[in-house]
Amino acid sequence: MTAESTSAENVQRISMFKVLNPFHVWALGVGIVLVGEFMGWNFSVAKGGAYGALIACWVIGLLYSCVAMIDSEVTSTVAAAGGQYTQAKHIIGPLMAFNVGLYLVMAYTMLEAADALIVGDLMTAVAAATGYEGLNPQPFVVLTIAFLAWLNYRGVFMTLTVNFVITLFAFLAIIALFVGSDPLNPGSVLKHSDLLTDLPYGWIGVVAALQFGMWYYLGIEGTCQAAEEVRSAGRAIPLGTIGGILTLLVAATLTWYVSTGLMPWQYLGQATTPLYDAASIIGNPSLQVVLFIGTMFAAIASANGCINDAARAWFSMGRDRYMPTWFGAIHPHYRTPFRAIIFLIPIAVSFAFTGLLDQVITFSILSGLLGYTFMSINMMKFRKMWPLGVIKRGYIHPFHPIPALVLLGLCSVVYFATFLGYGASLLSIMAFYIVASVWFVLRRYQFVKRGDQFTMPWPRPKGY
Amino acid sequence: MSNYIPKIQAKRGQLFDSLFILVLVYVSLYIPLFLESDVKSVEETAQVQSYTWEALGVSAVEQEQWQKLGHDPASAADIINNKFDYTIDPLMLAITALVIIGYFFFVLRVSNKQYREVIHEKFNGANKQPDAEARQ
Repeated sequence: MTAESTSAENVQRISMFKVLNPFHVWALGVGIVLVGEFMGWNFSVAKGGAYGALIACWVIGLLYSCVAMIDSEVTSTVAAAGGQYTQAKHIIGPLMAFNVGLYLVMAYTMLEAADALIVGDLMTAVAAATGYEGLNPQPFVVLTIAFLAWLNYRGVFMTLTVNFVITLFAFLAIIALFVGSDPLNPGSVLKHSDLLTDLPYGWIGVVAALQFGMWYYLGIEGTCQAAEEVRSAGRAIPLGTIGGILTLLVAATLTWYVSTGLMPWQYLGQATTPLYDAASIIGNPSLQVVLFIGTMFAAIASANGCINDAARAWFSMGRDRYMPTWFGAIHPHYRTPFRAIIFLIPIAVSFAFTGLLDQVITFSILSGLLGYTFMSINMMKFRKMWPLGVIKRGYIHPFHPIPALVLLGLCSVVYFATFLGYGASLLSIMAFYIVASVWFVLRRYQFVKRGDQFTMPWPRPKGY
Repeated sequence: MSNYIPKIQAKRGQLFDSLFILVLVYVSLYIPLFLESDVKSVEETAQVQSYTWEALGVSAVEQEQWQKLGHDPASAADIINNKFDYTIDPLMLAITALVIIGYFFFVLRVSNKQYREVIHEKFNGANKQPDAEARQ
């Protein structure tokens, strides 16, 4: 059988390989997110000052802890490619599932574009530092996305093994920066007492900072996309996800501490590569090299994970006929969603070419935020429709419904935070999802097999 | 009630739908990029005429860090004077809130109707599934 002949019609006979373990899940989740410590989080400093960014880091950390708890329970029970998309299909309904699939594709594709931009900008910065001013970053953007797409095309095991190695290096680079900043002698390298200021915009700035505070953690929920390819979903997903969120909390705190002790908040709020800048200020060439490689690896790991996740969400929608079935194909040899991987390359590249990093990030954040709003509703319906004991769950998260309610409340605050400064973007992106929803109802739903949307071996849900 | 038999989509239709969503993505992605009013900011009306660290209100330690980052007072002024405007327009806030709430209301309501079709077909249709199959 050739790749070309592998359509969604016979996809039932070809499944993905179950080869991943908890370390791969950790590498997927942390790999996507860790780049947020190297760039992006610092835009929250611009919106609310250094202390505003710290409060955002903690508040959004709480939001993501709720996400991780909820995700671990639902994903370990609905173990299929597509992650939250598949959950929405089984718990809320087709239109919600279609929207969730789009959230995932958009959030990850935009993040992938931002990652590639970072790689290009870094290459330009290094070229300038070595006497080659004006290096065009665009070829590096294309090369990065093309190489990672090829890696993803060839197989998930190698893709996520590479991610594990480079993500671990990037995390250790943050630790090295912290150690190199001489934290035991405040005032020698780190100058918090001179650089930290009051809240420049007051408490409204702190609320506004929550928008980019999401960048510290955005994408950790992507661990769900590996559900169909892990050897044991009930073990690997909760271990990898919760281990990932703990790693990110440590990395985020260290990142804030070092950066705010080295750079004036106004500079930090607009820096493209703040951790690399921090290493430059310290003036240790070895540390600079480590942070250059760390930033590069973090961006590559993130783009790699994003291609993996966006393609799986797109593939799942094709497989279910929510999008053209042509995308619902698995490669007969590599067992990857190869058509979805290829289709998303030009979208990511073209968006990266705009070069407007904070707008790219806003699109990604808003798509993620819509997904988290869905997750809180999804969790409450899930427990109501199949109470504990009715179906087998791989993991049961404690304190229900508090995490779901806290998540919903925090999402509402982050919508308001996005409105502060990015109100037109918010409306424009909502318009996209509204038009897409109407298009799905009027056009795409006629191609969907109703009964096939429920594939889990569960009893009939309560209330239906 | 018999199971719903979906239409089979021709290759041309698949291509059209792929292009449609692609165009929709591009339009939606690029619109906010060109809404210049959105991104920031209020340039301070009282621009500093002669750029000095003192006029910018930068302390000695901050000045040292700015210089390590390769900035002089003129280039630092561009960054320091670029600020967000958090004036809230109540009408825009109300419209935004209504759009978000209305969107979720619409999606959940339609999804619920579609979900009932899915469950009916799954548990009452030709491919009916026994209720006790997955009980612990």
